[in-house]
Amino acid sequence: MYPSLQSHASGVFGDFERLRRELDDVFGLGASPTSIRSAGPGAFPALNVGHTPASVEVYAFAPGIDPDKVEVTLDRGVLTLAGERPPTAPEGSDKVSVYARERLSGRFKRAVSLPDDVDPERVQARYQDGVLHISIGRREAAQPKRITIQ
Amino acid sequence: MSNQPQNTTPSRSNRAMVPRVDVLEDQTGITLLADLPGVSKDQLELKVDGDTLLIKGTVGALTQEGLEPTYAEVRLPLYRRSFTLSRELDTSRIEANLKNGVLNLRIPKQQHAQPRRIQVQVN
Repeated sequence: MYPSLQSHASGVFGDFERLRRELDDVFGLGASPTSIRSAGPGAFPALNVGHTPASVEVYAFAPGIDPDKVEVTLDRGVLTLAGERPPTAPEGSDKVSVYARERLSGRFKRAVSLPDDVDPERVQARYQDGVLHISIGRREAAQPKRITIQ
Repeated sequence: MSNQPQNTTPSRSNRAMVPRVDVLEDQTGITLLADLPGVSKDQLELKVDGDTLLIKGTVGALTQEGLEPTYAEVRLPLYRRSFTLSRELDTSRIEANLKNGVLNLRIPKQQHAQPRRIQVQVN
Protein backbone atom coordinates (compact mmCIF):
# COMPACT_ATOMS: atom_id res chain seq x y z
CA MET A 1 0.00 0.00 0.00
CA TYR A 2 2.67 2.46 0.99
CA PRO A 3 6.17 2.44 -0.55
CA SER A 4 8.73 0.99 1.76
CA LEU A 5 10.32 3.39 4.19
CA GLN A 6 13.54 1.43 4.00
CA SER A 7 16.05 3.18 1.83
CA HIS A 8 17.82 0.21 0.34
CA ALA A 9 16.28 -0.96 -2.91
CA SER A 10 16.23 -4.58 -3.88
CA GLY A 11 16.71 -6.56 -7.04
CA VAL A 12 18.27 -5.22 -10.21
CA PHE A 13 17.62 -1.57 -9.34
CA GLY A 14 19.18 -2.07 -5.96
CA ASP A 15 22.37 -3.31 -7.51
CA PHE A 16 22.59 -0.34 -9.86
CA GLU A 17 21.88 2.06 -7.05
CA ARG A 18 24.61 0.54 -4.93
CA LEU A 19 27.04 0.68 -7.85
CA ARG A 20 26.20 4.32 -8.44
CA ARG A 21 26.77 5.17 -4.80
CA GLU A 22 30.07 3.34 -4.69
CA LEU A 23 31.31 5.04 -7.84
CA ASP A 24 30.23 8.38 -6.42
CA ASP A 25 32.23 7.67 -3.29
CA VAL A 26 35.34 7.03 -5.32
CA PHE A 27 34.97 9.47 -8.23
CA GLY A 28 32.20 11.84 -7.25
CA LEU A 29 32.14 15.35 -5.93
CA GLY A 30 32.79 14.42 -2.34
CA ALA A 31 35.74 12.18 -3.04
CA SER A 32 38.65 14.56 -3.46
CA PRO A 33 39.07 18.29 -3.01
CA THR A 34 37.86 20.46 -5.88
CA SER A 35 39.15 23.89 -6.67
CA ILE A 36 37.37 26.46 -4.58
CA ARG A 37 36.63 28.37 -7.78
CA SER A 38 35.53 25.43 -9.85
CA ALA A 39 32.19 25.54 -11.61
CA GLY A 40 29.77 22.66 -12.02
CA PRO A 41 29.51 20.76 -15.28
CA GLY A 42 27.89 22.70 -18.07
CA ALA A 43 29.10 26.11 -16.97
CA PHE A 44 29.41 28.74 -19.68
CA PRO A 45 31.95 29.18 -21.10
CA ALA A 46 33.65 25.78 -20.96
CA LEU A 47 37.35 26.07 -20.21
CA ASN A 48 40.40 24.14 -21.25
CA VAL A 49 43.67 25.03 -19.59
CA GLY A 50 47.09 23.81 -20.62
CA HIS A 51 50.68 24.84 -20.18
CA THR A 52 53.98 24.86 -21.98
CA PRO A 53 57.30 25.62 -20.28
CA ALA A 54 56.95 29.22 -21.46
CA SER A 55 53.26 29.96 -21.05
CA VAL A 56 49.88 29.06 -19.69
CA GLU A 57 47.15 28.72 -22.32
CA VAL A 58 43.49 29.16 -21.47
CA TYR A 59 40.76 28.39 -24.01
CA ALA A 60 37.25 29.58 -23.23
CA PHE A 61 34.54 28.16 -25.50
CA ALA A 62 32.25 31.17 -25.71
CA PRO A 63 30.45 31.40 -29.04
CA GLY A 64 28.35 34.41 -29.97
CA ILE A 65 29.86 36.96 -27.61
CA ASP A 66 31.20 40.39 -28.40
CA PRO A 67 34.94 40.32 -27.64
CA ASP A 68 34.92 44.04 -26.90
CA LYS A 69 32.48 43.50 -24.08
CA VAL A 70 34.28 40.67 -22.29
CA GLU A 71 36.33 41.61 -19.26
CA VAL A 72 39.50 39.61 -18.93
CA THR A 73 41.39 40.44 -15.75
CA LEU A 74 44.43 38.96 -14.08
CA ASP A 75 44.72 39.79 -10.44
CA ARG A 76 47.09 38.11 -8.00
CA GLY A 77 47.34 34.98 -10.08
CA VAL A 78 43.62 34.60 -10.73
CA LEU A 79 42.43 34.98 -14.31
CA THR A 80 38.81 36.07 -14.53
CA LEU A 81 36.56 36.18 -17.59
CA ALA A 82 33.32 38.06 -17.23
CA GLY A 83 30.74 39.13 -19.75
CA GLU A 84 27.22 38.77 -20.95
CA ARG A 85 25.61 36.91 -23.79
CA PRO A 86 22.31 38.32 -24.95
CA PRO A 87 19.48 35.78 -25.21
CA THR A 88 18.22 34.66 -28.60
CA ALA A 89 15.59 37.18 -29.48
CA PRO A 90 12.70 35.75 -31.43
CA GLU A 91 12.35 37.95 -34.46
CA GLY A 92 8.87 39.41 -34.70
CA SER A 93 7.69 38.17 -31.37
CA ASP A 94 4.18 37.56 -32.54
CA LYS A 95 3.36 33.92 -33.06
CA VAL A 96 6.84 32.59 -32.39
CA SER A 97 7.04 29.14 -30.80
CA VAL A 98 10.19 28.33 -28.90
CA TYR A 99 10.86 24.61 -29.03
CA ALA A 100 14.32 24.54 -27.54
CA ARG A 101 16.35 27.06 -25.59
CA GLU A 102 19.43 25.17 -24.52
CA ARG A 103 21.99 27.88 -25.24
CA LEU A 104 22.95 29.66 -22.08
CA SER A 105 22.52 33.41 -22.01
CA GLY A 106 22.94 36.15 -19.50
CA ARG A 107 25.91 37.20 -17.40
CA PHE A 108 28.75 34.75 -17.05
CA LYS A 109 31.91 34.75 -15.01
CA ARG A 110 34.63 32.15 -14.70
CA ALA A 111 37.86 32.22 -12.80
CA VAL A 112 41.00 30.16 -13.07
CA SER A 113 43.84 30.12 -10.62
CA LEU A 114 47.17 30.32 -12.43
CA PRO A 115 50.53 29.09 -11.19
CA ASP A 116 52.72 31.50 -9.28
CA ASP A 117 55.25 31.98 -12.03
CA VAL A 118 53.00 33.75 -14.54
CA ASP A 119 54.01 37.18 -15.72
CA PRO A 120 50.98 39.52 -15.70
CA GLU A 121 52.73 41.84 -18.11
CA ARG A 122 52.68 39.26 -20.86
CA VAL A 123 49.05 38.40 -21.50
CA GLN A 124 47.54 38.05 -24.97
CA ALA A 125 43.93 37.35 -25.80
CA ARG A 126 42.43 36.39 -29.13
CA TYR A 127 38.87 35.54 -30.15
CA GLN A 128 38.34 33.26 -33.12
CA ASP A 129 35.44 31.02 -34.16
CA GLY A 130 33.84 31.46 -30.77
CA VAL A 131 36.92 30.48 -28.75
CA LEU A 132 38.61 33.05 -26.55
CA HIS A 133 42.27 32.07 -26.36
CA ILE A 134 44.27 33.67 -23.57
CA SER A 135 47.99 33.16 -23.39
CA ILE A 136 49.95 34.17 -20.30
CA GLY A 137 53.73 34.13 -20.35
CA ARG A 138 55.65 32.54 -17.53
CA ARG A 139 58.68 34.05 -15.92
CA GLU A 140 62.16 32.92 -16.90
CA ALA A 141 62.62 30.93 -13.71
CA ALA A 142 59.94 28.52 -14.86
CA GLN A 143 61.92 27.32 -17.85
CA PRO A 144 63.73 24.11 -17.06
CA LYS A 145 67.45 24.75 -16.89
CA ARG A 146 70.13 22.30 -17.70
CA ILE A 147 72.72 22.07 -14.98
CA THR A 148 76.22 21.31 -16.18
CA ILE A 149 78.40 19.06 -14.11
CA GLN A 150 81.86 20.41 -13.42
CA MET B 1 19.33 -6.29 -51.92
CA SER B 2 18.70 -4.71 -48.53
CA ASN B 3 21.01 -1.96 -47.34
CA GLN B 4 23.30 -2.49 -44.40
CA PRO B 5 21.69 -1.09 -41.29
CA GLN B 6 23.32 2.17 -40.32
CA ASN B 7 25.70 1.90 -37.43
CA THR B 8 24.18 4.29 -34.96
CA THR B 9 25.92 3.06 -31.84
CA PRO B 10 28.61 5.55 -30.94
CA SER B 11 31.85 3.67 -30.65
CA ARG B 12 34.86 5.08 -28.87
CA SER B 13 36.21 6.53 -32.08
CA ASN B 14 33.17 8.50 -33.18
CA ARG B 15 31.97 9.94 -29.89
CA ALA B 16 30.99 13.53 -30.30
CA MET B 17 29.76 16.40 -28.19
CA VAL B 18 26.12 17.41 -28.46
CA PRO B 19 25.93 21.12 -29.24
CA ARG B 20 23.33 23.21 -27.45
CA VAL B 21 20.64 24.59 -29.75
CA ASP B 22 17.84 27.12 -29.74
CA VAL B 23 14.93 26.27 -32.04
CA LEU B 24 12.30 28.87 -32.85
CA GLU B 25 9.39 28.64 -35.25
CA ASP B 26 7.54 31.54 -36.79
CA GLN B 27 5.00 31.73 -39.54
CA THR B 28 7.46 31.44 -42.40
CA GLY B 29 9.89 28.85 -41.13
CA ILE B 30 12.19 27.56 -38.43
CA THR B 31 15.30 29.23 -37.07
CA LEU B 32 17.91 27.02 -35.47
CA LEU B 33 20.92 28.38 -33.60
CA ALA B 34 23.67 26.02 -32.54
CA ASP B 35 26.70 26.69 -30.34
CA LEU B 36 29.74 25.30 -32.14
CA PRO B 37 32.73 27.06 -30.60
CA GLY B 38 36.01 26.23 -32.27
CA VAL B 39 34.45 25.29 -35.60
CA SER B 40 35.35 27.33 -38.65
CA LYS B 41 33.37 27.41 -41.89
CA ASP B 42 35.47 24.79 -43.67
CA GLN B 43 35.12 22.41 -40.74
CA LEU B 44 31.34 22.58 -40.69
CA GLU B 45 29.28 19.86 -42.34
CA LEU B 46 25.57 20.28 -42.98
CA LYS B 47 23.68 17.47 -44.64
CA VAL B 48 20.06 16.85 -45.43
CA ASP B 49 19.30 13.20 -46.07
CA GLY B 50 15.63 12.65 -46.77
CA ASP B 51 13.96 14.26 -43.82
CA THR B 52 17.01 14.21 -41.55
CA LEU B 53 19.19 17.25 -40.99
CA LEU B 54 22.69 16.47 -39.76
CA ILE B 55 24.98 19.07 -38.25
CA LYS B 56 28.61 18.10 -37.79
CA GLY B 57 31.50 20.32 -36.85
CA THR B 58 35.13 19.60 -36.16
CA VAL B 59 36.99 21.72 -33.66
CA GLY B 60 40.03 23.27 -35.30
CA ALA B 61 43.46 22.57 -33.93
CA LEU B 62 43.67 24.60 -30.76
CA THR B 63 46.79 23.14 -29.31
CA GLN B 64 50.30 24.16 -30.06
CA GLU B 65 53.76 22.70 -29.74
CA GLY B 66 54.38 21.01 -26.44
CA LEU B 67 51.08 22.00 -24.86
CA GLU B 68 50.31 19.89 -21.83
CA PRO B 69 46.70 19.86 -20.72
CA THR B 70 46.07 20.84 -17.13
CA TYR B 71 42.31 20.92 -17.04
CA ALA B 72 39.86 20.18 -19.84
CA GLU B 73 36.10 20.52 -19.93
CA VAL B 74 35.98 20.11 -23.70
CA ARG B 75 37.56 16.78 -24.50
CA LEU B 76 36.20 15.70 -27.84
CA PRO B 77 37.07 17.51 -31.07
CA LEU B 78 33.70 16.88 -32.73
CA TYR B 79 30.15 18.22 -32.47
CA ARG B 80 27.27 16.23 -33.92
CA ARG B 81 23.53 16.48 -33.75
CA SER B 82 20.73 15.52 -36.09
CA PHE B 83 17.09 16.49 -36.39
CA THR B 84 14.14 15.08 -38.27
CA LEU B 85 12.34 17.72 -40.27
CA SER B 86 8.69 17.68 -41.12
CA ARG B 87 7.21 17.75 -44.59
CA GLU B 88 6.17 21.36 -44.74
CA LEU B 89 9.77 22.55 -44.43
CA ASP B 90 11.52 23.33 -47.68
CA THR B 91 14.95 21.75 -47.29
CA SER B 92 16.12 22.98 -50.67
CA ARG B 93 16.06 26.57 -49.43
CA ILE B 94 17.99 26.21 -46.18
CA GLU B 95 20.21 29.19 -45.41
CA ALA B 96 23.17 28.79 -43.09
CA ASN B 97 25.49 31.29 -41.50
CA LEU B 98 28.41 30.57 -39.16
CA LYS B 99 29.83 33.44 -37.17
CA ASN B 100 31.91 33.37 -33.99
CA GLY B 101 31.10 29.73 -33.49
CA VAL B 102 27.34 30.20 -33.70
CA LEU B 103 25.54 28.42 -36.54
CA ASN B 104 22.37 30.18 -37.64
CA LEU B 105 20.13 28.01 -39.82
CA ARG B 106 16.97 29.22 -41.45
CA ILE B 107 14.63 26.54 -42.77
CA PRO B 108 11.68 28.09 -44.59
CA LYS B 109 8.34 26.44 -44.98
CA GLN B 110 7.16 25.26 -48.39
CA GLN B 111 5.62 28.00 -50.39
CA HIS B 112 2.00 27.30 -50.83
CA ALA B 113 1.02 26.65 -54.41
CA GLN B 114 0.69 30.09 -55.86
CA PRO B 115 -2.69 30.68 -57.53
CA ARG B 116 -1.87 31.08 -61.17
CA ARG B 117 -3.71 33.37 -63.48
CA ILE B 118 -4.55 31.60 -66.66
CA GLN B 119 -4.47 33.70 -69.74
CA VAL B 120 -7.43 33.27 -71.97
CA GLN B 121 -6.41 33.28 -75.60
CA VAL B 122 -8.81 34.88 -77.97
CA ASN B 123 -8.38 33.96 -81.53
